Amino acid sequence: MDSAGNEAARPWIENASTTYPCLIDREHVVSALYNMPNVPNAVWIDESGIIVRPAEAAGTSEAWRTMDRQTFSLDKDALVTIGARRSAYTAAVRDWVERGDKSPHALSPDQVRRRSRGLSEEEALATANFRMGLHLRETGRADLAEGYLRRAVELRPESWNFRRQALALGDPAAAGGPDFWGAVDDLGEGRYYPEIEMEGMPTDTVPRA
Amino acid sequence: MVYLLSESMATIIYEQTRSEAMGAAEAQGDLWVGLDQLEPVSGWALKPEGLCRRDECVPVAGRQGATDGDRVNLSEVARLLGQPILHEPEVDTWLVGPRASAGLASIEAPDFTLPDLAGKAHTLSDYRGRKVFLVSWASW
Repeated sequence: MDSAGNEAARPWIENASTTYPCLIDREHVVSALYNMPNVPNAVWIDESGIIVRPAEAAGTSEAWRTMDRQTFSLDKDALVTIGARRSAYTAAVRDWVERGDKSPHALSPDQVRRRSRGLSEEEALATANFRMGLHLRETGRADLAEGYLRRAVELRPESWNFRRQALALGDPAAAGGPDFWGAVDDLGEGRYYPEIEMEGMPTDTVPRA
Repeated sequence: MVYLLSESMATIIYEQTRSEAMGAAEAQGDLWVGLDQLEPVSGWALKPEGLCRRDECVPVAGRQGATDGDRVNLSEVARLLGQPILHEPEVDTWLVGPRASAGLASIEAPDFTLPDLAGKAHTLSDYRGRKVFLVSWASW
């Protein structure tokens, strides 16, 4: 998911030596279809095309918020927490791959419905503003785009995808710069990633500022 | 109905489809297109049972503002379907966004087609018969 397209995504995909398809989503199409407000987010889809886990902040922890804001380095405790959450999540994915609907992590249709929601009117309007902004930038009207991208963030402030993509379009480093950290600080005790509701997931708390 | 306020080539972005619509016109803030342009532009067609696309039909009865016989009010169609519509007059571009809804329309995974780095298109539904772990990430 990168509005800058191949150019931005290529080094990451090549460094990861991936064995699975990596798709380039300049317009954040998948995020709108599955209501993913942040990265990473994941959805599990079974062999018949049915969602068995709707969008969730796959394997994340809030511990990243303690990182050094210049060097992006993390201390040992934070790395341990992040590693434990990631391992628990990947173990759950493997369990589903092996056992299918017998895995406790594969949810029933009712559970999937209960955990999912569509876009509210305001969120749909935010998405429209975001897309208009991207289109105007692509067609050489960055001057007109700015207002639409700002409006998208105002309408859906919890969409870190809108906020960080808009920042990155101006300057790729800005998505991890002062504007980003300011918005993170504004969360206070609030979570950056909603908690993952999964059996066996180690608990995770918001670090003190 | 007066709609010939600004008739020209407008750009219409309807969900993932971008069209240059000849003869599109604005009236009182709404976008009107020829009846024959509705389907190529939006994927929806006006039928006796209402607005239809694939296996879904939405009744239009009682929505008098939706058509005048030759043309369709695309803004009214968007409102009927719960979609936001924006207009940037400086470049005469209209954009219809995603539909608002309380829940997921279905627990069936919505389909999409996107290219990989080499430009090869991948469609989610081509992966039926296999489990798919769909994960989003970004460089920023």
